[in-house]
Amino acid sequence: MGILPKSASAFGVTFSHMFKKVVTEEYPEKPVPTAPRYHGRHILNRHPDGLEKCIGCELCAWACPADAIYVSGADNTEEERFSPGERYAGDYQINYARCIFCGLCIEACPTRSLTMSNEYELARDDRRDLIFTKEQLLAPLLPGMEQPPHAMRLGGSEKDYYISGPENPGMSKGAEGRSVEDAPGAGSERRSGGHS
Amino acid sequence: MGVEEKLPAGILLTTVEKVVNWSRKASFWPATFGLACCAIEMMASGSARYDLGRFGMEVFRATPRQADLMIVAGRVSQKMAPVLRQIYDQMPEPKWVLSMGVCASSGGMFNNYAIVQGVDHIVPVDMYLPGCPPRPEMLMDAILKLHDKVMHEALGDKRREIIAAEDKPLVPVGSMPSSYKFNKAKAAKWRDAVAEGTEEQLRITEWMAEREALRTGGAGKKGKR
Repeated sequence: MGILPKSASAFGVTFSHMFKKVVTEEYPEKPVPTAPRYHGRHILNRHPDGLEKCIGCELCAWACPADAIYVSGADNTEEERFSPGERYAGDYQINYARCIFCGLCIEACPTRSLTMSNEYELARDDRRDLIFTKEQLLAPLLPGMEQPPHAMRLGGSEKDYYISGPENPGMSKGAEGRSVEDAPGAGSERRSGGHS
Repeated sequence: MGVEEKLPAGILLTTVEKVVNWSRKASFWPATFGLACCAIEMMASGSARYDLGRFGMEVFRATPRQADLMIVAGRVSQKMAPVLRQIYDQMPEPKWVLSMGVCASSGGMFNNYAIVQGVDHIVPVDMYLPGCPPRPEMLMDAILKLHDKVMHEALGDKRREIIAAEDKPLVPVGSMPSSYKFNKAKAAKWRDAVAEGTEEQLRITEWMAEREALRTGGAGKKGKR
């Protein structure tokens, strides 16, 4: 750099960036996918026949450090059945103005009913719109699912849904991103193996 | 305020309104009001990877007198509240407030005596952004939704009355997620879903499809991260 003065040679750094790859993400037009386990907005999953997985146990609400979840359970009847078993969530709300996306509710959920998606575009101009109701949180009906209330299609008791159902090892297709085949414990040994 | 109050609201005013709103949103200077961890994400949004300069707002003004937008980033303590209000009062009109993160929006997980339970107790908030802290994309999404609101702002009282008398748009102003708004096919889907009231289900369906495509198709190009 003998010829050039120091002040001019510094522009070489700037100039060299002309040939480097652009690091900027063009967010609104081409959003870069998040990490697969990014904590985004929640989903209330369904069983493969469309019944809700949530049993209204309120463990998520108890686990929530920000008190963002409100659950009020209700009783299933034979005429009006929303989930296998006795209870379902009559009302389910998540207040995204409080939720800190820590995932403790997901860990607490005993039926893997509540999971998280990678969706993050949640800003609204009204605080009331940030309270998501059960209708907003419920997963869409996939092919083969039917809008509850309806009778249990996968077996006579809730055990068919949770433990002995070979084609339903407690995972919903799609919403949790895994098909039934590659879900852990869905292999043949589990099918034949004794669940006591 | 000025002469626009006395003029009849014809083509002249609507066009002027569009130009004024466009120029306001295209150089939307934020005041630095970083209070906690959200401020780190706010700074990241100004950096090269996310680059708020693309929207004409890379200059975080250190003085409120040059700022149009106050991004309240972080939890506001009771002691900070009068300071926040004073900074807001020092900003020239027109001004907007974006409450970034759950602490600013509602107090978040700090439901105690030290933290203001939402900055809308102190200043009028135009956009609430949840997240703890929100990632830079979320901040950009909130800013773009706020741009949408600025673009639909009325110039003067007369125009405000006219707009209030018109039918409300199907998709409320500033409610469509930015990745949908800036993609024509997805925006059309979103409008259809809003008509049916299933926009949140659409979001999950789209996300499931995107993730499926990532898992099956792009094993090689999976990792930007």
